[in-house]
Amino acid sequence: MFEGFFDVVKKRARGGAEEEYKPPMFKCPRCTQTSPLSRYEELHRVCPKCNYHGRLSSQERIAITVDKDSFKEFDGGMISANPLDFPDYTEKQAEIRSSTGLNDAVVTGTATIKGSPVVIGVMDSRYMMGSMGSVVGEKITRAFEYATENHLPVVMFTASGGARMQEGIVSLMQMAKTSGAVKLHSEAGGLYIAVMTDPTTGGVTASFASLGDIIIAEPKVLIGFAGRRVIEGTIKQRLPEDFQLAEFMFDKGFVDMIVERRKMRSVLSHLLKLHGFAPKEKEV
Amino acid sequence: MDEKKTAWERLQLIHTKGRPTIKDYLPLIFTDFYEMHGDRLYGDDKAILGGIGRLDGKPVTIIAEVKGRDINENKACNFAMPHPEGYRKALRLARQAEKFHRPIICFIDTPGAFCGVAAEERGQGEAIAKNIAEFMTLRTPIISIVLGEGGSGGALALGVCDELAMLENAEYSVLSPRGFASILWKDASREQEASEIMKLTAEDMVDLGVAEAVIEEPLGGAHNDLDKISENIKEYLSQKIAEKCQKDIDVLLKERYTKFRKIGAFSE
Ligand SMILES: [Zn+2]
Repeated sequence: MFEGFFDVVKKRARGGAEEEYKPPMFKCPRCTQTSPLSRYEELHRVCPKCNYHGRLSSQERIAITVDKDSFKEFDGGMISANPLDFPDYTEKQAEIRSSTGLNDAVVTGTATIKGSPVVIGVMDSRYMMGSMGSVVGEKITRAFEYATENHLPVVMFTASGGARMQEGIVSLMQMAKTSGAVKLHSEAGGLYIAVMTDPTTGGVTASFASLGDIIIAEPKVLIGFAGRRVIEGTIKQRLPEDFQLAEFMFDKGFVDMIVERRKMRSVLSHLLKLHGFAPKEKEV
Repeated sequence: MDEKKTAWERLQLIHTKGRPTIKDYLPLIFTDFYEMHGDRLYGDDKAILGGIGRLDGKPVTIIAEVKGRDINENKACNFAMPHPEGYRKALRLARQAEKFHRPIICFIDTPGAFCGVAAEERGQGEAIAKNIAEFMTLRTPIISIVLGEGGSGGALALGVCDELAMLENAEYSVLSPRGFASILWKDASREQEASEIMKLTAEDMVDLGVAEAVIEEPLGGAHNDLDKISENIKEYLSQKIAEKCQKDIDVLLKERYTKFRKIGAFSE
């Protein structure tokens, strides 16, 4: 399930002589070219060759998006139960929690972006491919409900392989639950900015990710409803390389703007201010 | 009622040739039905049928996924797999129903939303998302019934409602058991095993809070007595529509939101 995760190619010189040392390399899943890993990391995981925006952990994303020390997490201790009594699901989750240090595939909370207050959610594809089960559904729903009650805007970074299979129909229902909360936030006049990151697919695309007042995507990221291989299986032919990339969805009219990672914080800040969410007067 | 069939047996049954479709039910449940066409944006999707008719003499809006009864019908309706324009037609008619204070009745019967290039280009994800969100706050009663297959987001796009009923042998699932087995176990041939652990039967839906009612099918399945099953569906609809129409609309909307809001299993 973790295939497609960026492929780090580490080549080490055999002899140990300094001039033979080859630095760790990053192989881009979009353009397949390699670049020094250090350069890729320096750019916050952006391919220097093609501008593909690689996957960030939720902590990294929060760190480069919100004001220092402003993030206050909601529901950090929430973990999934096993609604279908699916074999091994409980054990598997415990393992993934300990290997990723995450409790599920989304982190939510409040923060400020250049002083403007927001409710923020960041999905994390390291946790079962960012799939949406009960915890993702509940945390996102609560985040929108909090934002509605407190007249706050929501910025949601989406990244998901789709439904959490092990939660079956309960997973499907999270689409309705989250979309309902988005709708009520919208009816109350709330601003919702969705930022689609790699990959935004399946049930998340077919629910809250596509419901932003403003939909931003990072360059070259995968955005779609059906999986590429499913479609190729249906039509019995290979799809073009750019199919379902952010630029493709932009051309088709489903994305307002494609924003590079290095500009994201500033674009979000401007959009928030354009909607009246000015930095709060210094408190304390 | 039949002796309880396994999930797998029910899946076989709903895929049997002769399983009634919306086209069979329409004339037996509704009168004065007029079909309406097109999403006013792109085209008319034959996988979703919509229109206005009467139930017990009162106008209602009917939206349904259309299965074919033979290969030609199935080709025409794309095997009940809608494109975005189908969902957008559904939303257009649903908003019209709200405007004219007609209750909405949705019939779900799809393997899923169509997975293809054109569907992606026209925003399959956006179309489904929009329906789910908009149906949540439509100010008119909505009842949905799963007739056979309730496949994933393609079903949910007509499934945000005040009350959901399942025909006794119908299924509702996040993915087909075949797809499920192939994703989780990399072995599509284990679909029968998948069907038994996925919890996709009518009773499972009631247990999980996804459905509120099960509509009894005639002995051996709906195809054995079309008049009887139509009568059962009509009886259920008449009762529910009358009940929901009496409710204060704001109370109804709160209950609709809560119905979905409470589904989920977690600890903190
Ligand atoms: Zn690249």
